[in-house]
Amino acid sequence: MIAAESDRPTIRPQDKKPIIKLQDVTRIYKVGVESIRALDGICLELYENEYVAVMGASGSGKSTLMNVLGCLDRATSGYYELDGQDTTRLSDSALARVRNERIGFVFQSFELLGQMTALKNVEMPLIYSRNGWWSRRNRARSVLERVGLGDRMAHKPNQLSGGEKQRVAIARALVCGPSILLADEPTGNLDSKTSESIMELFDKLHREGQTIIIVTHEELVADHAERIIHMKDGRVYSDLPSNRRVQPAKIKIQNDEKGGPP
Amino acid sequence: MRALIRAPIAFFRLFYQSVFLSLSQIWANKTRSILTTIGIVIGVASVTAVIAALSGLKAKILTQVQTLGSNTIFIQPRRPDKGPLQHAPWWSIRFLPEHFDGMLEHCPSVKRFGRQTWVGEFTVNHRERSVENVSVIGIEPDCHKIESRPITLGRPLSVIDEMQVRQVCLIDPKLRNDLRLDSDCIGQTILIGHNTFYIVGVLEPRPESLFGGGNQERSEIFIPFKTSFKLRQYLYIWVLAESKTAEVSEDARAEISFFLRRTRNIKPGEPDTFEVQSLKNILDIFNKIAIIVTMVAGGIVGISLLVGGVGIMNIMLVTVSERTREIGLRKAVGAKKSAILTQFLIESVVLCFVGGFVGIGFGQLLTTGIANIPKVELDMAYIPLWAIGISFGFSGAVGIFFGMFPAIKAARLDPIEALRHE
Repeated sequence: MIAAESDRPTIRPQDKKPIIKLQDVTRIYKVGVESIRALDGICLELYENEYVAVMGASGSGKSTLMNVLGCLDRATSGYYELDGQDTTRLSDSALARVRNERIGFVFQSFELLGQMTALKNVEMPLIYSRNGWWSRRNRARSVLERVGLGDRMAHKPNQLSGGEKQRVAIARALVCGPSILLADEPTGNLDSKTSESIMELFDKLHREGQTIIIVTHEELVADHAERIIHMKDGRVYSDLPSNRRVQPAKIKIQNDEKGGPP
Repeated sequence: MRALIRAPIAFFRLFYQSVFLSLSQIWANKTRSILTTIGIVIGVASVTAVIAALSGLKAKILTQVQTLGSNTIFIQPRRPDKGPLQHAPWWSIRFLPEHFDGMLEHCPSVKRFGRQTWVGEFTVNHRERSVENVSVIGIEPDCHKIESRPITLGRPLSVIDEMQVRQVCLIDPKLRNDLRLDSDCIGQTILIGHNTFYIVGVLEPRPESLFGGGNQERSEIFIPFKTSFKLRQYLYIWVLAESKTAEVSEDARAEISFFLRRTRNIKPGEPDTFEVQSLKNILDIFNKIAIIVTMVAGGIVGISLLVGGVGIMNIMLVTVSERTREIGLRKAVGAKKSAILTQFLIESVVLCFVGGFVGIGFGQLLTTGIANIPKVELDMAYIPLWAIGISFGFSGAVGIFFGMFPAIKAARLDPIEALRHE
């Protein structure tokens, strides 16, 4: 297997500090007597203002990785450091606080609350925040303007198009000023044109300094990233700069390997 | 220190947010909320109506006390609870007028007393007009002083009427109208049965009374006590007495009992064949009855609230499962277990409060309905403030108790599972 050799990051910008450090992280699910190793010794370092795409077939462990990175799930063993803080020994409520302050989630199906306006949806994470509560209205407004929805604030989700919904969801993810933006198939429910505009928004946020991790299986989406991590069987199969810098041919070969039977 | 300040602030933020959120949820699911809270509504409505009726009754009795004077003592025959006289016919234990002769000398705490008797219902005639079923009551003149019922025209019955066994009477304005008597009817005669009586005075209509009969449908005629025996021989007699002060009313009761046992030849060890009740005494009895009624009503309401609470629990469980994804999302963006718990707990409490509020509204309607039923002495029924407080308290308690399980269920949801929920 080439995977074992290629799971070292190929990009290591010396001037940037690591935001995420994973060391030998495993996640084992127990199903009856069987145990499934969804993550099998992941070592990763992600840096400030990186733009990373995580790819892989279903069952490759990318969703589990996403959940662990997002502090929704705990690693069975290993070490996970976020923003210089060891998260493996935090209590449930401390993890909730980490999710609130450090992590912004964007989901495939938007997950907006139907009876609330866009503004209220964006305000929602600030309800659970210690510092943001008093200024939540203004912060929600400014972040909605940032994603280009300044004129749609009073609309409810059913009055918005798919792309607009995802923009609201992105605004909601950004409103607490997270260290990382975790997007799980953010364009999975959108047509290609809308997808492109959402990806442009991600590009813009990246240029503004946001660290972004996108889980996707679409090449076009992954191409926006600087770095592409392929997962297979709970391990990092390859970790390379994207074809923005590397020739497309190489990626193509990897995909063929990935798609083939193990 | 900072944690001490922060905790209440965090709770306040959550509380504020949750209340508005749950109100909007209730508004969004109007029909469901109404159906859910119906148990609470009925429970609260019935408890407030019962309390209102009891309060009205009590207020009524209190106003009665004020018109009668709080020193008033009632004495009437009563069968003992056990012993050979338990089922005695009323005439065997009835009072005779002479039982009370000399009572004032032997009972130092008693200021005055007056015998009264119910002569019966008679047909009263004046010229061609006649009125049936008029209550005729014989009273001694002192009764006027004990039961201060104003005389609007003419004079009260006097000691001389009594001594000379005159055929004079006091009538009420209703009878005067029904018989088409002149408005100044003093000196005119009416026929009570076959006896001619002179009218000497007109009384103010009796305020609706709980004791001694007297409702406003029927007219009353008062005649001198001794004259009563001309109309009928065996009469049911009761006595109104007045103690010197309110403080000695218990002494007066004891003295009267002692005195009556002697005059009625009741041997030591035998039970009383009469009862002596002060108004305070009657109020105490009423309060005891009120407590029992309240407890019975409380039990019924408790069952209703239990049923209502189970309804609340059911609907909250439905809500939690319907909104599993929302819960997952809230957890993903940083809601702690306690925050989710609080949100759903407040939602169920708000739901119950809404039920309680509507219930109090219905209770008020019921109370107004009760107060307007004719011939029932409940026109003073009102919902006291503490009953409203208790209703809200119980609604809230039901909300917390029955909302706890669904809220815990929501708080324990795993965010990943919840977000995957369909």
